[in-house]
Amino acid sequence: MSNKHINWFRFASPQAFYPLAGKMIPWFWALAAIFGVAGLYVGFLVAPTDAQQGEGYRIIFLHVPASWMSMFIYLVMAFWAGLGLAFNFRLSGMMATALAPTGALFAFLSLWTGALWGKPMWGAWWVWDARLTSELILLFLYVGFIALQSAIDDPRRADKAGAILALVGVVNVPIIYFSVKWWNTLHQGSSVNLAKSSMAAVMLWGMLLCALACWMYAIAVALMRVRTIILERERHTDWVRAELIQPADEV
Amino acid sequence: MLKLVLAIIRRDLRLALRRRADLVSALFFFIIVVSLFPLGVGPEPELLRKLAPGVLWVAALLATMLSLPRLFADDHRDGTLEQLALTPQPFALVVLGKLLAHWLVSGLPLALLAPVLGLQFGLSGDALWVLCLSLLIGTPALSGIGAIGAALTLGVRGGGVLLSLLVLPLYIPVLIFGAGAVDATLTGLGAQAHLSLLGALALGGVFFAPWPTAAALRIALE
Repeated sequence: MSNKHINWFRFASPQAFYPLAGKMIPWFWALAAIFGVAGLYVGFLVAPTDAQQGEGYRIIFLHVPASWMSMFIYLVMAFWAGLGLAFNFRLSGMMATALAPTGALFAFLSLWTGALWGKPMWGAWWVWDARLTSELILLFLYVGFIALQSAIDDPRRADKAGAILALVGVVNVPIIYFSVKWWNTLHQGSSVNLAKSSMAAVMLWGMLLCALACWMYAIAVALMRVRTIILERERHTDWVRAELIQPADEV
Repeated sequence: MLKLVLAIIRRDLRLALRRRADLVSALFFFIIVVSLFPLGVGPEPELLRKLAPGVLWVAALLATMLSLPRLFADDHRDGTLEQLALTPQPFALVVLGKLLAHWLVSGLPLALLAPVLGLQFGLSGDALWVLCLSLLIGTPALSGIGAIGAALTLGVRGGGVLLSLLVLPLYIPVLIFGAGAVDATLTGLGAQAHLSLLGALALGGVFFAPWPTAAALRIALE
């Protein structure tokens, strides 16, 4: 690796990527922990109590990052899936497969924390607000992706079919978002306004730190999952056998 | 190329007409689902009129879903699909033909039948007309999006349930604008905007869907 020109395509091969991912995972975990502790410290101890919403607003330190991540991960997943479909990289499909459960988890977390926040603030666990509804549909899209991939036994076919679904989904996400938004305004008018006029800088910092923590966590978990997928799919190769007999992580 | 599309449509229509039971059962499914709602929520005319657009449209989505697995499954089983994939013409055109034929045997009868069911819900003449029109415009989009799902789940374990999981979330915009058009007529807003958006969805769906569908079919045929 001392060579200045790193051949990035080398890491498109699962065999080359496996040890690299192994080396990166502890770093991302460490960063996730640092950002998480810092974000929670700012969120719970430094940030003042909100004038309108009381202490309950503090759930946004998890809620907002989770929503961001759920949307962002879908884009990243579709990016890897498209790359895999276009260039036939095996690793890209594995990355997409590895990202999907994390994205679904964040979408679920976002809905759940939203419900917990909505009960004291709006007086209802669930409101058919445009944002809530499109987040729910995003969760459905993740579930469809995971279900399709797990129903197909041949991993190569699963990758490609999942890739097409992810790309179709990505094209549809804005259409769904806007149709739900218009549906909402046509039906009842925006009954809920977050009224986030100007967020205090401290709160924003806390939220950004938490978002970074979620980001690092997502990368770490996706890399761990992709390592498992690599081992599972390449189990017939010699290097995996050698790897499993004598883990090469320490090298 | 147009000849190819027409030939595929003619062939699929003939096959569908020789198996009328499939066709009719999907229509009866539509009728039964719609009739279940008054039994579930009670016979108040005001409530039923309010529910009618949504109920009829959701039932139409489900009835379309029901007919989707047959879109490619029979041709896949007897090997016709592989032969079609080998034609020198673009495979997407073949898919377009099959998709249009699917609309003719599933979407079109639904659209023609819906006003009759709308009568049972006490919809006015205007609303019935818009309902029929919205289904006429919207169901091609359902066939298009559904074809992608049908191709992706071709020959997959538990295909039917999986298909609904993939396709129904993508149907949401069509449902919103389709039912919205009828709703807007009922409240006196005019259905123009909804119908235009629905038309855009249908054109986009029918135009773009054949490519991913063809790609998914090639994956399934590998």
